[in-house]
Amino acid sequence: MNSESLVSISDFSKDEILSLLESASRFEASPNRKLLEGKVVATLFFEPSTRTRLSFETAVNRLGGRVIGFSDANTTSSSKGETLHDTIMMVSNYADLIIMRHYLEGAARYASEFSPVPIINAGDGANQHPSQTMLDLYSIYKTQGTLENLTITMVGDLKYGRTVHSLLMAMYYFHPRFNFVACDELKMPIEYKEFCNKHGIEYHEYTDFSEDVINETDILYMTRVQRERFTDIMEYERVKNLYTLRNSMLLGSKDNLRVLHPLPRVNEIAYDVDSNPKAYYFQQARNGLYARQAIICKVLGIDVK
Amino acid sequence: MTTIKNDELLVAALQNGTVIDHIPTESLFKVVDLLGISRMKNSVTIGFNLDSKKCGKKGIIKVADVFLHEDTLNRIALVAPNAKINIIRDYKVVDKHTVTLPDDIYGIVKCNNPKCITNNEPMRTHFHVIDRDNVVLECHYCERTVAKDDIVLE
Repeated sequence: MNSESLVSISDFSKDEILSLLESASRFEASPNRKLLEGKVVATLFFEPSTRTRLSFETAVNRLGGRVIGFSDANTTSSSKGETLHDTIMMVSNYADLIIMRHYLEGAARYASEFSPVPIINAGDGANQHPSQTMLDLYSIYKTQGTLENLTITMVGDLKYGRTVHSLLMAMYYFHPRFNFVACDELKMPIEYKEFCNKHGIEYHEYTDFSEDVINETDILYMTRVQRERFTDIMEYERVKNLYTLRNSMLLGSKDNLRVLHPLPRVNEIAYDVDSNPKAYYFQQARNGLYARQAIICKVLGIDVK
Repeated sequence: MTTIKNDELLVAALQNGTVIDHIPTESLFKVVDLLGISRMKNSVTIGFNLDSKKCGKKGIIKVADVFLHEDTLNRIALVAPNAKINIIRDYKVVDKHTVTLPDDIYGIVKCNNPKCITNNEPMRTHFHVIDRDNVVLECHYCERTVAKDDIVLE
């Protein structure tokens, strides 16, 4: 068992999260540092994810480390029936750190139990994706100057959206207030509402995406409503445009409001929002680089000054 | 002609061993599986659909000359949370207690999520008991919860 692995955002305490944000801002000020010189990092993508892989590999490269790995399990021996256990044991002979994405839920937790080198979970099925959560937290921190006492409005697919669930869990240290805006089929699951109740976190649920809700919001977190999530296609056709953000809807919003989206976007944010200074989703993706540099150094026990 | 009274038949005395009582009828054979009774060499008496003052019909298992380990017995709590354990020595009940669900359950329970790593690798399952009263488990790996009625044994 390697205690330095990062499998779920809940593995980190409040202090650890704050210190990661601090490191991320240091990397933003100066991203190219030779902190991983002589180190080899393996990126094992059993499920393709170009965006996440490029972000992690850029982070390693900017830290002066070297990358080995694969971006598609079809080209590896797992397609010949090799177990995850054996693949991890083999790769740990070569690398100082393993960054893995897997289509099976719990794969990274399992790997972290026997791997001799730290594991960073870059997504395990519909379960956890902690580096996405870190970059969301960093984006919120950077744009608001704090994580404390913010009103966060989550819109779209709140049922299957892994990023909104992890963000909700991670924000619990910071006294947030949530608005959940979704149609009945994609409502926030009961276990997350119970989590809020248990920890005294205020939340409100809406099926209407109205300007009243936007106007009291600090962070507007948009997500994609995917057709394949619906059992009833008629229902999808009915709601698909109800949760689209248009520039005109931001007219009365607070000055500090920022629009976040984990990307890729389809039609849930109209293109006329892109030129609004409150649109933050592209910078948000860039913050992923700094957040991942911070995470890599943290699990390897490297101090960032 | 000798007649054997009904209750004598049902509660034939055990000299030494373990009696598991107050098992709900529908869980009896799950308990038999959980304890691995089919692989035992000792004499075992299994009572099914017996009348019970407390719970209508019940099941009972008597294992002669075996004092089952507490961890083994606590597995029973998954399917029969109110089962009573009686330890018998020299025809006397020397200890009587209910089973308690442990905080963590290794093996035994199968994860219901087909995309969970535990259903795809040769490995042992691991669940956290997150609600002892209602028997709700959470998979240590995929983090999905399993309610009592959905528990599937391996």
